Amino acid sequence: MAEVKLMKGNEVIAEAAIRCGCDAYYGYPITPQSEVMETLMARKPWEETGMVVLQAESEISSINMVYGAAACGKKAMTSSSSPGISLMQEGLTYLAGAELPCLVVDVVRGGPGLGTIQPAQSDYFQATKGGGHGDYHLIVLAPASVQEMNDFVGLGFDLAFKYRNPAMILADGVIGQMMEKVQLSEYKPRWTEEEINQMSDSWALTGKKAHRSHNTVTSLELDSYKQETFNHKLQAKYRAMEENEVRFEEIQCDDAEYLFVAYGSASRICQKAVQLCREQGIKVGILRPITLYPFPTKEIERLSKQVKGILTVEMSAGQMVEDVRQAAKFRIPVEHFGRFGGVIPTPEEIVEALKKQIIGA
Amino acid sequence: MSVELKDIIKEENIVYKKTPVLTDNVMHYCPGCSHGVVHKLVAEVIEEMGIQDKTIGVSPVGCSVLAYNYLDIDWAEAAHGRAPAVATGISRVHPDRYVFTYQGDGDLASIGCGEIMHACSRGENIVVIFINNAIYGMTGGQMAPTTLLGQVTATTPYGRDAKLNGFPMKLTELLAQLDGTCYVTRQSVHTPANVRKTKAAIRKAFENTRKDKGVSFVEVVSTCNSGWKVTPVEANKWMVENMFPKYPLGDIKDI
Amino acid sequence: MTEEIIIAGFGGQGVLSMGKILAYSGIMQDQEVAWMPSYGPEMRGGTANVTVILSDERISSPILTKYDTAIVLNQQSMDKFESMVKPGGTLIYDPNGITHEPTRKDINIYKIEGTAIAVEQGNPKVFNMIVLGGFLKVKPIVKLDNVEKGLQKSLPARHHKMIPMNIEAIQTGMNNVEVVNQL
Repeated sequence: MAEVKLMKGNEVIAEAAIRCGCDAYYGYPITPQSEVMETLMARKPWEETGMVVLQAESEISSINMVYGAAACGKKAMTSSSSPGISLMQEGLTYLAGAELPCLVVDVVRGGPGLGTIQPAQSDYFQATKGGGHGDYHLIVLAPASVQEMNDFVGLGFDLAFKYRNPAMILADGVIGQMMEKVQLSEYKPRWTEEEINQMSDSWALTGKKAHRSHNTVTSLELDSYKQETFNHKLQAKYRAMEENEVRFEEIQCDDAEYLFVAYGSASRICQKAVQLCREQGIKVGILRPITLYPFPTKEIERLSKQVKGILTVEMSAGQMVEDVRQAAKFRIPVEHFGRFGGVIPTPEEIVEALKKQIIGA
Repeated sequence: MSVELKDIIKEENIVYKKTPVLTDNVMHYCPGCSHGVVHKLVAEVIEEMGIQDKTIGVSPVGCSVLAYNYLDIDWAEAAHGRAPAVATGISRVHPDRYVFTYQGDGDLASIGCGEIMHACSRGENIVVIFINNAIYGMTGGQMAPTTLLGQVTATTPYGRDAKLNGFPMKLTELLAQLDGTCYVTRQSVHTPANVRKTKAAIRKAFENTRKDKGVSFVEVVSTCNSGWKVTPVEANKWMVENMFPKYPLGDIKDI
Repeated sequence: MTEEIIIAGFGGQGVLSMGKILAYSGIMQDQEVAWMPSYGPEMRGGTANVTVILSDERISSPILTKYDTAIVLNQQSMDKFESMVKPGGTLIYDPNGITHEPTRKDINIYKIEGTAIAVEQGNPKVFNMIVLGGFLKVKPIVKLDNVEKGLQKSLPARHHKMIPMNIEAIQTGMNNVEVVNQL
């Protein structure tokens, strides 16, 4: 069994990237995720696996460097936090439009604007609804532990390449800055040139080969009818993701009469709230979405037939609650409780909110 | 004695032919535009160096956005201005490939000013072909950073006024100041002699990539007769008389 | 067993590393652990605090408002965290720089002269280890040999020669903790 370590979420992202055979990381410093690039630079993976690590002049540049490396069929990634991710939206829509796989880690902080450097979940809409212009989605994974920071790097790349679509790990300052026990993944070698040719010969830029016509990576199509056909193809991909890639965790839902829906660090705080509730005889469980896109709509619909009410707990003014209401088909009360702007809700506040907004309402 | 066509069209009689690195697609460029000539020169250099299977181009947003239809090499099409960052991403994971960007003045000198400065500052091992025709061609002839004072464009209908619109930008001279550039030159393609000089410059730039020397930057002062609203012949004349004094031809840096 | 601890003091007092050693010690005895620091500009010379949780079960929230134990190293932290100790819980503090002694009667309160002893012994750097020793005396949640293993894991190899000195400081702390209020 691999060694158990005590590491920060951000450091684990770096370590997991090296171990999963990532080819290139391009990034720009921003709190609270600067440890990702700092760890990579200290580790010097270019000497070990050949992985490229480069500090770009801006987030705009880093995401476009990712676009370049991804266009070559390579495993490319970047990481940032909310204001930086806003700058990357242009690059992300081009990546989605050019059907390029890549991994973006967003260690969310409070906004809007420069906002705060403290943890938040106020970028749910941006992450799950596209973020940039055009009809597209990112695959969005929401880790709730340092272990999942490790696991989702490999999973994120797997899903990104399976669907040729950018994937995002949507963490926050809590998960990024916290240290927990983690079992790091085993080393996987970087793909060889031959392997990339086998997997991605039809699109990856490797230099035009005699046996094939030249490959072009572009998101441009001036013929509207062709663009519409392409958009249908993208939508078919998203439907396939919704069918096959939904991931979630149910915590104490079997006998639950009430339900928290929460992801990431908010779901951890809800676990404490569940303990407090059950000490008071309130039967409550948690549905934790692991994939925020695709969203566990069917599971929430199923639970909405079991429980009397749902409280979504988010470190935002209420974003995911819209998807939960839609999933519950307005069958039962679905309310939102959140603290935001970098304030983290306490377990006690959550219990009070459940009593006031759901049980007593 | 009658000479038949089939007797003339023979391998031994060929004095010039299209490089196979250019595709057979009909270019969408306006008659008189410089892009076609520069595309051909890049294609010929790629053929002559035997690097078609090792070259990756990055096309911009602008008239040459569709350059990937014309050069038979692998291409990435970049977001507006971001080609040097995309090329960096490619070059860093493919250090043995020849990576070049092909950008216009709006793309490179305006929206992509940050990306080109930093790619040059880092000394990425790439070639940059910079087409400077002092106007936004594709969007309908608006002011570019390189538009001359007094020049009429769609957004400077009374001529570029320094007070209102700022001054024309000599970005090439700025980039020559950066330690990461090894070769910075300004050429044109308005006469056969200049075409030959430009081709030599492009060849030198790609040779520099082979030697891992950093950024080679080739500006080509070009015409946009459609945007300038003149004939191709008048455009060449206007370029010589107005652009060359501001953007003089020749090598700026060669180390 | 779950122990939820807050360690709070000035940046530079070794607050974060105390927490890290505790967390590593927990791993050495196969416990689940979480270490959650405050972060940001406040750390530049201001107050720093870290939540450390050791548990035999999966850890729920790393963000807490009530703690089993507060380890307090300056007055600002006393002001903030004395009230956040669970009734019946433990407060342990270094009196150096404390101007208002804790007043609660429903918790166990201990004092450890970490700074004074460390200065007296000519090694002020290990003061945080002395405080840690005081804590481990009143709450022996990790065994000393697991702390030693934890130190080996958390310190880079070039600092391993300092481990005996740290263990000694922990033992000093264990022998010097004073009861202020015991339930």
